[in-house]
Amino acid sequence: MSTPLVMFLVFIAITLGITYWASKRSAGKSAYFAASRQIKGWQNGIAVAGDYMSAASFLGIAGIIAFQGYDGFMYSVGWLVAYLTVLLVVAEPLRNAGRYTMADVLAYRLKPRPVRAMASISTLTVSTFYMIAQMVGAGALVALLLKGSGISYRAAVIGVGILMIVYVVFGGMLATTWVQIIKAILLMAGTILLSLLVLGHFHFSLSAFFNAIGNVTYHDKGQVVVKDFLQPGLRFKPPYGALDLISLGLALIFGTAGLPHILVRFYTVPDAKTARHSVVWAMALIGSFYIMTTFLGFGAATIVGRDYISTHGGTNMSAPLLAQSLAGDIFFAFISAIAFATILAVVAGLTISASTSFAHDFWTAVIHKGTERKPGEEVLVARISAFVIGAIAIFIAILLGPTANVAFLVALAFAVAASANLPVIVLSIYWRRFNTAGAVTGLAVGLLASIGLILVSPSLMAIDPPTVTGTARHLIQAKALFPLENPGILSIPLGFAGAILGTLLSHEPTSEHKYNELLVRSNTGLGAEQAGAH
Amino acid sequence: MAMPPTVAPERFQATQTDWDRIAETKEFRDLMATKKIFIVPAFVVFVVYYFALPFLVGYAPNLMATKVVGVVNLAYLFALSQFFVAWLIAWLYVRAADDFDALSNDIIRQAEADRKGK
Repeated sequence: MSTPLVMFLVFIAITLGITYWASKRSAGKSAYFAASRQIKGWQNGIAVAGDYMSAASFLGIAGIIAFQGYDGFMYSVGWLVAYLTVLLVVAEPLRNAGRYTMADVLAYRLKPRPVRAMASISTLTVSTFYMIAQMVGAGALVALLLKGSGISYRAAVIGVGILMIVYVVFGGMLATTWVQIIKAILLMAGTILLSLLVLGHFHFSLSAFFNAIGNVTYHDKGQVVVKDFLQPGLRFKPPYGALDLISLGLALIFGTAGLPHILVRFYTVPDAKTARHSVVWAMALIGSFYIMTTFLGFGAATIVGRDYISTHGGTNMSAPLLAQSLAGDIFFAFISAIAFATILAVVAGLTISASTSFAHDFWTAVIHKGTERKPGEEVLVARISAFVIGAIAIFIAILLGPTANVAFLVALAFAVAASANLPVIVLSIYWRRFNTAGAVTGLAVGLLASIGLILVSPSLMAIDPPTVTGTARHLIQAKALFPLENPGILSIPLGFAGAILGTLLSHEPTSEHKYNELLVRSNTGLGAEQAGAH
Repeated sequence: MAMPPTVAPERFQATQTDWDRIAETKEFRDLMATKKIFIVPAFVVFVVYYFALPFLVGYAPNLMATKVVGVVNLAYLFALSQFFVAWLIAWLYVRAADDFDALSNDIIRQAEADRKGK
């Protein structure tokens, strides 16, 4: 048995043990959906980091820096800064006023059924798209990392999918939280170790390290190229490069605070003050991680080199190959196991937020008008929908195959969160005049604008040479109508405009009358959900 | 690890008139004003500082390529500074939020006392 496989199995055994432990503490809604709201601030902060930092961060950003230098580092900045929106605007009001989902806050003063139905559709869209991107990545990655052990893409996707279903169905939010905590600790440990090894390679001299970054040598189309990798411009090129990055930045700044799987984490702590402290903990971890991508990415560029990475699995393998070249196969196995844990923790978080929204918002509130027909029904529905959502994600990921272009799904998830979810959350908390028609229009316009613009963006619309086949081909074979890969710069204003226009064109006195209740609750924490099981 | 689940107390309930009354109190208005004074400028500062990065790198590449220490240029230092500025704003917010908590707790205590008094 290969070493990476052994390490994967150890991680799986530990997490299944936790799931068994958590399964005995997951009876009842508050326990299953929100870990009884007894997670400590620092624990939740680590779990938020574990929920957030996907394989795209760990392997993707290291790879972008290894291949495109500075631009990759600049790309990573927005992922941390975005947490200031979470901290300043969303986390505390949400914890104060809500119970299990983002829609709880909207439903206070708006008509619950239409608002919850739209919010649930938006949540399911964000979560499943993001999940499929992770699953395709996981399958391709596991198959690559375990090369030689006979594990195919399909087996890897099914394995990841089954594990995520087991964590969520049996262990609920408590198991998901601890899987995320362990993953985040492993990820930080691996990143710190790898950074130290990179520095050690340069005899702990930062100037030697940066001098090497100033002279990165590789081959491009048969020519030897020497480049200063600290110079901007290798990824974001004119005419649209800077605009695309600004558009992505907008999607991050407004979208992170609208990601359902991040928002539900704040329901797992006892009160808003703890939610605040958990954001700060998360920022400490996430920020340190992205700063250390300097060592991972530039280390891979200078020590391993683009030429070698290109012929040994491509950009996403930059960090694992760096580990291998610095400390051999055991460390390669360790870093590979971390990548695997990273993906599992994120998909588990996505699954629980999607299934909670379906059960709480759609099943109970929309279909059954807000009452559970028998105790435990909502949790049962959530467990079943976690299974169904997981099965659908496995099916689609297998259908798409390992070569499918799925990076746009991540851009889409953030765009929908920023253009549909965030405007209605903010307006419902901070704008007295806001009403149901505005919320429904805002959610619908934000969702459709994001999907529509991605469809006609260069991610899905381009003319491929005949050598590109199958799912790697662009969906629409024509010149892109929208020049940016990230629609945020247009879809976010459209989402806000939809929400504002929908409000102004309709009249709903009850929404304005009930505004004071939401305002007092969300700002003071008066009457907030307490820790403990119901 | 988490303690064994205990039973959560009942949520605070109040009538529409109560909520309206609390929203009109001086204490609540003070809380909202105190929050606004910090949160609005903090939000504007971080958004402007963050978007200055892609904007300057994209539209003033020569300026950003200026080398500061050895090969390390302005672009890298500016990107790196973003992390520290974000942490600084978060730290300032947590400090300011202690005041919000004190004001909120007064409002909560008063509301609960009023409810019991009825």
